[in-house]
Amino acid sequence: MTLQPVIQGKAYVLGDNIDTDQIIPAQYLTFNPAIPEEYRQFGKYALAGVPAPQGGLPKGHVPFHAPGDEFVSPYRIIVAGRNFGCGSSREHAPVALDAAGIKAVVAEFYARIFFRNSVNGGYLIPFESAKRLCDTVCTGDELRLDMAAGKLENLTARESYELRPLGEVAPILEAGGIFPYARSKGLLKA
Amino acid sequence: MAGMTLTEKILARHAGKPSVQPGDNIWVDVDILMTHDVCGPGTIGVFHQNFGRDAKVWDRDKVVIIPDHYIFTADTMANRNVDVLRSFVAEQKLPHFYDVGTDRYKGVCHIALPEEGHTRPGEILLGTDSHTCTAGAFGEFATGIGNTDAGFVLGTGKTWLKVPPTLRFVFKGELPPYLMAKDLILAVIGDIGCDGATYQAMEFDGDGVFCLGIEERMTLCNMAIEAGGKNGIIRADKKTVDFVKSRDKSGKPFVVEQSDADARFAREWVYDVTKLKPVVAKPHSPDNRAYVDELKGSAIDRAYIGSCTGGKMTDFRAAARLLKGHTVKVDTFVVPATSEVARQLRTERVDGGPTLEEVFLSAGAKMGEPSCAACLGGPSDTFGRLNTPLKCISTTNRNFPGRMGHKQAEVFLASPLTVAASALTGTITDPREFLA
Repeated sequence: MTLQPVIQGKAYVLGDNIDTDQIIPAQYLTFNPAIPEEYRQFGKYALAGVPAPQGGLPKGHVPFHAPGDEFVSPYRIIVAGRNFGCGSSREHAPVALDAAGIKAVVAEFYARIFFRNSVNGGYLIPFESAKRLCDTVCTGDELRLDMAAGKLENLTARESYELRPLGEVAPILEAGGIFPYARSKGLLKA
Repeated sequence: MAGMTLTEKILARHAGKPSVQPGDNIWVDVDILMTHDVCGPGTIGVFHQNFGRDAKVWDRDKVVIIPDHYIFTADTMANRNVDVLRSFVAEQKLPHFYDVGTDRYKGVCHIALPEEGHTRPGEILLGTDSHTCTAGAFGEFATGIGNTDAGFVLGTGKTWLKVPPTLRFVFKGELPPYLMAKDLILAVIGDIGCDGATYQAMEFDGDGVFCLGIEERMTLCNMAIEAGGKNGIIRADKKTVDFVKSRDKSGKPFVVEQSDADARFAREWVYDVTKLKPVVAKPHSPDNRAYVDELKGSAIDRAYIGSCTGGKMTDFRAAARLLKGHTVKVDTFVVPATSEVARQLRTERVDGGPTLEEVFLSAGAKMGEPSCAACLGGPSDTFGRLNTPLKCISTTNRNFPGRMGHKQAEVFLASPLTVAASALTGTITDPREFLA
């Protein structure tokens, strides 16, 4: 994945401390993400561990997948609260979100390993919002993420939210992950 | 120039720099890379994809492969993943592989690493598991990484790291007999929250730490990740050096360092350990702290003693102190972390009487094979897994929804003493009731 200037799509909203066991429960870690067909399977089980009342806020009980496509979700952007991706180091977590079609997460802040895996693996863009958005944005809202402007527009609610700059990880995300980045910098043979 | 913390010193040396500061992005040389059956196949895939089918790892002697997660299961995919490790080990001729079904099989990687001499003060150890921070108990920088980072390290021996600020936790006094390191770390996580150390190093210090044995120090560092910590670390003392030398077959020199007197800590907490009470983390977060006496009498369905956090000899000796001569009131699962621990449970006697294993079996507990087992749920036939919405008190490290299996199960995290006391009554019980 390389950085797209604009990401538009529906929001799926979650709360605080969404840990990697909720993002991809341990029984599905037997799939090997290095095998394309198995990579696809992770999309099916993405967010399978989120208790139903906490899935798709503010109402909850919103399925992440729509009938008709068990692998790719109709949502493109996850909006969440504090400490997204805490817990286990499993890279299967950003893999599962990527396989389910998620292009970006907008959270207050991230657990370190999830953030690093998302960036270095080039799976999705982990944006930090300047303010807490998981109490503001509703699941299903149409969002438009503008990289250059560093803004998140809510086309449904006609609101605009500020995002924190990606900072030092921007070049890695732009390159598409740590391997293409390292090659572009001559740290690895091209 | 201000002094450096222990974490900063180790990172600076591995970056070839005289000094580093929190926030610096640096490339470091890695001393040990560990992977297991859950993240190994993905890591190997990343390595082959980026360095080529015929590529060789950067240093065979620095790669350690320890299958431990999904071992005693009929799940064909899980068993296939161990085969992926086997063929990589054969292809790369890796010497440090602890294969399932052989005499070399170990079990839980974080306990196997020090047992097999792969932890040394002053080194950088990376592992594809968030509890890799356990090895900080040996005075080294140890942290968890994902498959992509691990694949990069396999090919280059290097990774980039951002130097974390260090938080210092000072424990004063000697731990009373009813408390364990698990109570200390649950108290810390309760105070700072499960994001309280995000992107930061957690250094444990004070006489309360240095009177602890090595395994208890490992428990402290093990749960640094549960506060979001990048690493947990304890400077090496004589106990550490003696342990490391008794296990290390490499004879590699290592560097014992400590934080400078004028090092900058982002924040410091001081605990008088003699004043603490047994702690429990209630569902569904390790920072949901309560004291055992507040929950006294809450019914539980199951007790679980195992994992990298609570499946070491010190943990079992503590549990056996309470269980000896008694019978458990709820299903109790005992899972030694490693084969070495399992062997010792069968040979070490309690007060010259029965072995530890005999104590557990005659108390009515069920004994499992050494592995991660139900700590993280796993395949449905995993020993001790919560397949229904049970209430479980456990010596493990996480109680997020679904962590031990069922999404509606409720997991209470506690010390082996508290778990054993609770197993005997079927309710959450203060170990002081049995230790008086």
